[in-house]
Amino acid sequence: MAWTWFHRLGSPPHVYALAARLTPWFAWPAAALILAGLYGGLVLAPPDYQQGDDFRIIYVHAPSAWMSLMVYVTMAVAAAVGLIWRMKVAHAAAASCAAIGASFTIAALATGSLWGRKMWGTYWEWDPRLVSELILLFLFLGYMALRSAIDDLQRADRASALLAVVGVVNVPIIHYSVLWWNSLHQAPSVMKLGKPDMPAAMLAPLLIMLVGFTFLFVYLLLVRLRGEILRRERTASWIREALAE
Amino acid sequence: MSEFLYMGGYAAFVWPSYALTLVIVALNVIWARRSLDQARADARRRLLRGGATT
Repeated sequence: MAWTWFHRLGSPPHVYALAARLTPWFAWPAAALILAGLYGGLVLAPPDYQQGDDFRIIYVHAPSAWMSLMVYVTMAVAAAVGLIWRMKVAHAAAASCAAIGASFTIAALATGSLWGRKMWGTYWEWDPRLVSELILLFLFLGYMALRSAIDDLQRADRASALLAVVGVVNVPIIHYSVLWWNSLHQAPSVMKLGKPDMPAAMLAPLLIMLVGFTFLFVYLLLVRLRGEILRRERTASWIREALAE
Repeated sequence: MSEFLYMGGYAAFVWPSYALTLVIVALNVIWARRSLDQARADARRRLLRGGATT
């Protein structure tokens, strides 16, 4: 039956073992890609004809921002699956995302602020892109605060999942903010239809960093997910098995 | 080398951006591993107490 894989993803012992097996396949590629991307971005890429070397901030800013959105969408989808199918593993996955997402949203905001200082002449502006990304940070923090305020794990799962699902409306607002409104922030140069607006020597390190951060996220999620599954588990036989490795 | 560190006059913005991002990457790796270790330690204690069902 085609749906067995989905049912098996509902089984905590199966997912715990699978996550453990998959972890190294994401950890090492993430490290290699991020190191390669850093070298490419700092050394190999030529300076921008307008922004000089300041544009190199893009190699940490864009991957952090990408990470913040990817983590939020993952969290919201996992939360929705948890709500609809009452799947414990899905709630565990959603809970694993919040701290990762919050920290990379901070990275995106701070590196953007450092980039904006010279290019826009200000660290902060009440601009649609910046404000919607700041709201994303509050969504992550609100999610974490809500979880820690509810002692009962099942109730915390359900209440925080609802918040995560509702907050997903902010994601397209962040992405399209630079097109819908008159924003200081530049329009997408890579994440768009058609050819990217960048020469290959600049683009390659950026793509490598984006893929590297994606692998990093999967690695972080797999490690945290195992912890979250263990926290929800009360069956002695498989806890013993999980701890034995 | 010093020219590389100078970053065309943007050193004060480029290097803090990279440093902050890499610190956040490192912290995430540390936090994730610590969270798993803690969950394993808690699970072990739960087993010893006999709080888990068979």
